[in-house]
Amino acid sequence: MTTRPLSPHLQIYRPQLTSVLSITHRATGVALSLGTVVLLYWLQAAARGEAAYAAAHGVLSLGAVKVLLVAWSWAFFYHLCNGIRHLFWDAGMGFELGRAYASGYAVLASASALTALVWVYVLTQAGGVA
Amino acid sequence: MSLRSDLGRVKGLGSAKAGVHHWRLQRLTALALVPLSLWFVASLMCVFKASHAEVVQWVAQPHVTVLLLALSIALFWHLTLGVQVVIEDYVRTPWKQVVGQVLLRAGAGLGGLLAVVSILKISLGLN
Repeated sequence: MTTRPLSPHLQIYRPQLTSVLSITHRATGVALSLGTVVLLYWLQAAARGEAAYAAAHGVLSLGAVKVLLVAWSWAFFYHLCNGIRHLFWDAGMGFELGRAYASGYAVLASASALTALVWVYVLTQAGGVA
Repeated sequence: MSLRSDLGRVKGLGSAKAGVHHWRLQRLTALALVPLSLWFVASLMCVFKASHAEVVQWVAQPHVTVLLLALSIALFWHLTLGVQVVIEDYVRTPWKQVVGQVLLRAGAGLGGLLAVVSILKISLGLN
């Protein structure tokens, strides 16, 4: 299958912000897709009844799961912000190199800020379970 | 009957016009998911701490039910389109490609159905 020429390989292709953000968009997309399993777990537990919901709530409040939830929330905000960046590109806007870099840094900053905002809010709420 | 030349007709018709179907749906579902997912995450921040009864009460409101159903459909649709391309790009063995695409659709289809049924069950007070 590999008799045809291959494009430059990862080891010799110098990563740039734009290419790293591009592959991160895919990686976060796949991670979020897998993460829907957790969302479904929560939702079906709520549909099952009070006992099932309490059990699921316990699992989702575990420390290890919490770390995963923080990672997922960053992945979500990243995919959301970078997705909006892609939608502007689809409309033909922001392709200039300088602007592509500026929007890239803006995506990283806003995704991280939104993640921090969410978790500061959640963890400082009285009786916080999450 | 048309008096246009074959070349003129082909130029006028362009492509089969189905080539952008996948691309367009990916963008449309993305556009829908921007407000829906932001609303859902904001709601989840409040709802996750609530009791089961409160969660049920929240889901059962008609506008919440509708938005949750719309979110579920857009989410699993968007996810299928996205992961489909990832499998197309990185899985090189033909039979694994087919198996991957089938499993993706089976998983996303079942996941989407589970979400929709769970939401409806809560909303219609069947639990």
